[in-house]
Amino acid sequence: MVWQKQIGLTGIIMLWSVALVFAASTEELSGDARIMHLINRLSFGPQPGDFERVKAMGVERYIQAQLSPQTIAEAPGLVETVGEIQTLHMMPMTLLQLYDTPKPPPGQKQDPDVVKAARQKAKIILKEAREARLMRAIYSNRQLQEVMVDFWFNHFNIYSDKNQDLLWLGAYEEQAIRPYVLGRFRDLLGATAHHPAMLVYLDNAQNHVNHSKNALEGLNENYAREIMELHTMGVDGGYTQQDVIALARILTGWGPCNLNTPSTNSFGFCFRPNRHDKDDKVFLGKTIHASGESEGEEALDMLAKNPATAHHISYQLAQYFVADSPPKALVDQLARRYLQTDGNIREVLNTLFHSQTFWSIADTGNKYKTPYHYMVSAVRASGLSVANYQIIVNRLNQMGMPLYSCLTPDGYKNTKVDWLNPDALLQRLNFVSAFTTAHMDPGKKVDPNQLDNTLGDVFSDASRERINAAPEGIRAALMLASPEFMYF
Amino acid sequence: MNMTRRQFLKQMGLLSLMSIMPISSNSWAYLGQNDNLNKPRLIVIFLRGAVDGLNVVVPYGDSHYFEYRPSIGLPRPGMADGILDLDGYFGLHPVLASVLPFWKENSLAFVHASGSPDPNRSHFEAQDYMESATPGNARTPDGWMNRLLGVLPKPHNPIQAVSFGETTPKSLMGPMTVANMPLGRGAANKTPLDRTDLEKVFNGFYNDDRELSHVYHEAITARKQLMTDLTAETKAANNGAPSVVGFASDTRQLAQLIAREPRVELAFLAVGGWDTHVNEGSHDGQLARHLNELGNGLAALVPGLGSTYDNTVIVVMSEFGRTAHENSNGGTDHGHGNVMWLMGGPIQGGKVYGKWPGLAPDALYQGRDLAVTTDFRDVLYQVNGRHFGLSPTQLAKVLPGFSATPTLMEGLIRA
Repeated sequence: MVWQKQIGLTGIIMLWSVALVFAASTEELSGDARIMHLINRLSFGPQPGDFERVKAMGVERYIQAQLSPQTIAEAPGLVETVGEIQTLHMMPMTLLQLYDTPKPPPGQKQDPDVVKAARQKAKIILKEAREARLMRAIYSNRQLQEVMVDFWFNHFNIYSDKNQDLLWLGAYEEQAIRPYVLGRFRDLLGATAHHPAMLVYLDNAQNHVNHSKNALEGLNENYAREIMELHTMGVDGGYTQQDVIALARILTGWGPCNLNTPSTNSFGFCFRPNRHDKDDKVFLGKTIHASGESEGEEALDMLAKNPATAHHISYQLAQYFVADSPPKALVDQLARRYLQTDGNIREVLNTLFHSQTFWSIADTGNKYKTPYHYMVSAVRASGLSVANYQIIVNRLNQMGMPLYSCLTPDGYKNTKVDWLNPDALLQRLNFVSAFTTAHMDPGKKVDPNQLDNTLGDVFSDASRERINAAPEGIRAALMLASPEFMYF
Repeated sequence: MNMTRRQFLKQMGLLSLMSIMPISSNSWAYLGQNDNLNKPRLIVIFLRGAVDGLNVVVPYGDSHYFEYRPSIGLPRPGMADGILDLDGYFGLHPVLASVLPFWKENSLAFVHASGSPDPNRSHFEAQDYMESATPGNARTPDGWMNRLLGVLPKPHNPIQAVSFGETTPKSLMGPMTVANMPLGRGAANKTPLDRTDLEKVFNGFYNDDRELSHVYHEAITARKQLMTDLTAETKAANNGAPSVVGFASDTRQLAQLIAREPRVELAFLAVGGWDTHVNEGSHDGQLARHLNELGNGLAALVPGLGSTYDNTVIVVMSEFGRTAHENSNGGTDHGHGNVMWLMGGPIQGGKVYGKWPGLAPDALYQGRDLAVTTDFRDVLYQVNGRHFGLSPTQLAKVLPGFSATPTLMEGLIRA
């Protein structure tokens, strides 16, 4: 493969162009470099054979296939293996029945040991959800879908240690995130808003009208605020504290069911009219007439259509797929597409993948991998099978990115400033040092020649020289520990 | 600590600067053994999630307090599990008896009704504003402690500022290098890179002018230094017993590192679990459990620091306070004004600083929260100016765009 040389040559031409005209940043990738860049951005990095496969099918066909994941045949055995992971496919109320902390008999205090034992038992759910997520991220052929599952989960983050969310986090991803990652944003927003896991995480389960006293006293603004600040319009989106209060009032009565109340949907969502504020509300300048649960739908419609939301979502997609500080012109272009297509994520991404900026050399290999991305890409490139996912889970904990355990609703960032620091770099080097030498797949070492082939000629001359000079036993570790492999 | 010694240290810094050629403006050079345990230190403990300051330093002299908080209000002083009186008006949460001795010996002070002038009630933004010390400006890329590190006398060293825990907090983000110190069980375990053969290869590999190579070399240097300290500490402190995980053990680790490692000057530790929207509790319950741990941790810092306590300032802060009224879930929602803690030898303690605005309905901020009468930067101004002896130009770098009101915090740091 010679595409690194092409970058080099074009790079020199680019420098000349900078001196002459200011159009240099639009210089586009070509040839093999284009293919490797595409694989790096739309997936968690190449696995053995990917480059040849994508080259054979062509850039456009690969993009369209990844945007329609149902058309891609899954890796052999993956669907069956994931299908066998029991707690992942249970409904929230079933999980409650099987794993919730038993209530103490009337009049008695809760025994702390009972609580502890129940939480311990429920940890299997977290373990299984983590394994399923990593397994699919590493082995699925529907790579863009897996990238977007991670992206949207962080966007609509919940936290494994918040009350019943320990029971529901796997179900939440399966039911409220995964089916919609390339669909309409409104569906994603609606599914998360109707999932008990989100309603518990951001305290909307407590949000209610107080009929006997001051009506606002039962309000809990937490979810209403985060919907606007994080999920839709963004912090500079132009809403006010009055809008936060109005949305909180609109969402009064939205909460999880319990085992005695029949659910409105199969995920265990309940709207409780007696907890709902029955007055009209003024939200974002519009009067929402009192109509119960449908007020919430109206508000979510308004939010999903809002230009501030289009901009916020577009900025975040551009930040993930192009650059930590994405160019304004690209964000504006995506926001227009978002509004034209009623928030169709597939269409916005299609526009993004065909934008000049996406292919510009200046924005190639410039995204520093998060710990999750780094580890998944290392395992993919190695071609090994993972015998024990706990090794990856533990490493993620140490690197400060425990899966499903980001405490704050803004989720994990994907920008360099958040993850490039001395200590975290050592963690990565330690991980690949252990992993390439028979740590992950007992008895098997990573074959450095195959790895070299899989990664393509991404290495700078200096890195290449050192990799070639290194003893055979640590060459694979060096490739995965190289500065080039830290970026995508 | 007197000014002459500080002047002397500055000159020392200048002399070292002349004899060691720095690689770049933010690079470090090894300081050697002539460093001094007596120079000013700072430990910042950030309570993430917005602690309910009105139940930490309780204005029990204000009758509205009991009116607003029928279930989470603390029993009056003298009652069972009652407030611990401080000055006849304010009192401490009863689980904080552990820090009362420091109040009595005048090295613990509070600044009440303090906080950010920005009205933001989002945790993430408010934390960001407070850690960047530029409220209202979300574009500030670095933290105030990183900027402080930048103006401290050169040469800098890779463990001059240490963040305890997994990731670097905003307070310490910026161009100056900071070290991350692992916490808890297993912090001192050997890793593959501690093997000399692997280290040698990576040293050769990360041996150029690229960004990652710089980060790598900072990492490996800091790792070696902190591991040396940590191994010695763990042996001494545990005496073979298994280590306890939690805030108290974290602070013990922090104290021991600072006490024996003169190169660590700034330390940051975050503690979560304060977002008590539901079932906050009163003399016992959620908040009480966390405060108990915090108090014990702070109390453990003092003997750990030993004589270093005399020149260490400990600041405990949180992004905003919580509503004056309890909510119908037995908790409190996001509010505004809060209480800051200041502890250490240089603190003129035994006093609640700040102008108390009261809890009367018309005194509340937006009719619901304790008002802010002291900008948190006025407190940081004292710490930077009087404790670290920064010049006005340096202060303007650490706290950009801020005009302090020095009379507000008069006497907080001992002369």
